[in-house]
Amino acid sequence: MYDEVHAVKDVNLEIRDKEFLVLVGPSGCGKTTTLRMVAGLESITSGEVVIGNRVVNELPPMDRDIAMVFQNYALYPHMSVYDNMAFGLKMRKFDRAEIGKRVREAAEILGIEGYLKRKPRQLSGGQRQRVALGRAIVRHPQVFLFDEPLSNLDAKLRVQMRVELKKIHNRLSTTAIYVTHDQVEAMTLGDRVVVMKDGVVQQVGEPLELYNAPVNRFVAGFIGSPAMNFATVRVTDANGVMRADNAGFGIEVAPELAPRLLPYAGRDITMGIRPEDLRVANGSDPAGLCFDAVVEVVERLGSETLLDLQVGAQTMVAAVEPAVRAQHGDKLRLALRADRLHFFDMTSEAAV
Amino acid sequence: MIEGAKWRRWVFFYIPLGVFVFVLLFPFYWMMVTTVRPDNELYRPWMAPNYTPFWTMHPTLDHIKYLLGETLFSTWMLNTLIISTVATAISLFCGLLAGYALSRLKFPFAGSLGTGIFITYLVPQTLLFIPLADIIRNFHLGDTPWALILTYPTFLIPFCTWLLMGYFKAIPKELEECARIDGATRWKAMVYIIFPVAVPGILSAGIFAFTLSWNEFIYALVFLSSPAEKTVPVGVTSELIRGDVFFWGPLMAGALLGSIPVALIYSFFVEHYVAGLTGSVKG
Repeated sequence: MYDEVHAVKDVNLEIRDKEFLVLVGPSGCGKTTTLRMVAGLESITSGEVVIGNRVVNELPPMDRDIAMVFQNYALYPHMSVYDNMAFGLKMRKFDRAEIGKRVREAAEILGIEGYLKRKPRQLSGGQRQRVALGRAIVRHPQVFLFDEPLSNLDAKLRVQMRVELKKIHNRLSTTAIYVTHDQVEAMTLGDRVVVMKDGVVQQVGEPLELYNAPVNRFVAGFIGSPAMNFATVRVTDANGVMRADNAGFGIEVAPELAPRLLPYAGRDITMGIRPEDLRVANGSDPAGLCFDAVVEVVERLGSETLLDLQVGAQTMVAAVEPAVRAQHGDKLRLALRADRLHFFDMTSEAAV
Repeated sequence: MIEGAKWRRWVFFYIPLGVFVFVLLFPFYWMMVTTVRPDNELYRPWMAPNYTPFWTMHPTLDHIKYLLGETLFSTWMLNTLIISTVATAISLFCGLLAGYALSRLKFPFAGSLGTGIFITYLVPQTLLFIPLADIIRNFHLGDTPWALILTYPTFLIPFCTWLLMGYFKAIPKELEECARIDGATRWKAMVYIIFPVAVPGILSAGIFAFTLSWNEFIYALVFLSSPAEKTVPVGVTSELIRGDVFFWGPLMAGALLGSIPVALIYSFFVEHYVAGLTGSVKG
């Protein structure tokens, strides 16, 4: 009847107490399924979910001591804000005074004391989001689960709520698992970030660790905005100096990276360089780290300028100083930071 | 509403709407006029000079008095009310649970079971009454209200189940998941969260079921025979049409009085009922 679909394979994560862990990946990568498994809303074919010291595989969601915030808020439309927040406590037979105290406390943290009597449909998106958060906070659970809680908000509010979430987490210091497809949210919120793809964990690490040392091409391309540039280059060993060349450009690889590239001498490899590690060359840049490019599109963001470049047969993006005056069709000489180059195996896509 | 010139609005909106409303309401008007028309006007030939089919100058309550005094009309009303209410209650209860289960629980053959229930609703009553009559006789239920109370759910339960199933499917499942994480069992989540949210759907299912059983004709005609057990539709048509003589006045009075309870229920719940049909859940 039901085909066994393994949305998630071999996820092995240990989440530290009071940690804010973010699961990030493109849609359909299994991050939400992982979260729902922790919540008990999805069954697990093999393995164990442990919260605290308890194996909770067989426990229904209500007994796992977790609270979850959903993407569409899932507020109970027929109940007032107060009753929405009190529902979980009522179900657990808390006495009225304690319920009132906890709801007011949470409402105060979130700044929604004024709306307690309103129905969800009388609230704005941001207020609903706060109520959904409040409903989780009043429970004082062991773990908070967030399923893309900010993606229904408009861009400005999202940034604002992101900061508030971080503050709330600092204040409550409760373990949290947060699912998002937005790498900026992941980087800014997470103590540690888990990058997933097709149900498989790609890398687990602190935000800067993922940024500086991605383990494979997928993580490298997913973390960072604008995304990392990739180019296929041929590695050659010219008397101890490693070179990476293709039709568009050729560079000398920094000596400290050279030993790692040695096995690839005479073969193709994927090279990655982040847009922010490219800049317009000045006279003092060593010739081995420079290449020529033609400007295709100029995007001025104010704090920086993004240049879409044609380099030989391929396109690249460079994030340069806003002072750079470039126009469509201009020829530029660019320099790259040799110590910021990434190399990935062509077949396994793993970092070299 | 509609942009454009005034005549456009008349041609494409007001006039078609007016025609539609007229066609719908005219039978009711005819029913009312006939109810209060004295017999000598009712049976006046159409070529008579004082023939006025669309109004009457001498309204009378004779037909209503006859209906209430000389026939068992009030008994029929009571029978119909009891039968419809109990049959609706049974069907709504079963339909709620079945609709919830089919839309929310994962179990083998859930999909085909849903389709199966729908197919039973498609079997025409005009065929089904023959085997049902046999069953009614075997259980010695003929000529009692139970004959109808137990047979009406055969078409009301599939109807309610399907209507509610669709309604439950429109309610985001996160509501329920959230309730279950919040500490509710599946049963409590259903009772405290899903059912209150589904009230418009439940009301429309109830109103439809009530109307269907109130107007039901063929089972009532076949399974009930003594005048005191009959329902309004059967009672009125069988007792006021004698041979080829139609007692038009009392007939129309019966139709008019018989439609009042349903009309009242409709107008009372009309807002919820419309929301139920359009299936809007505000989150």
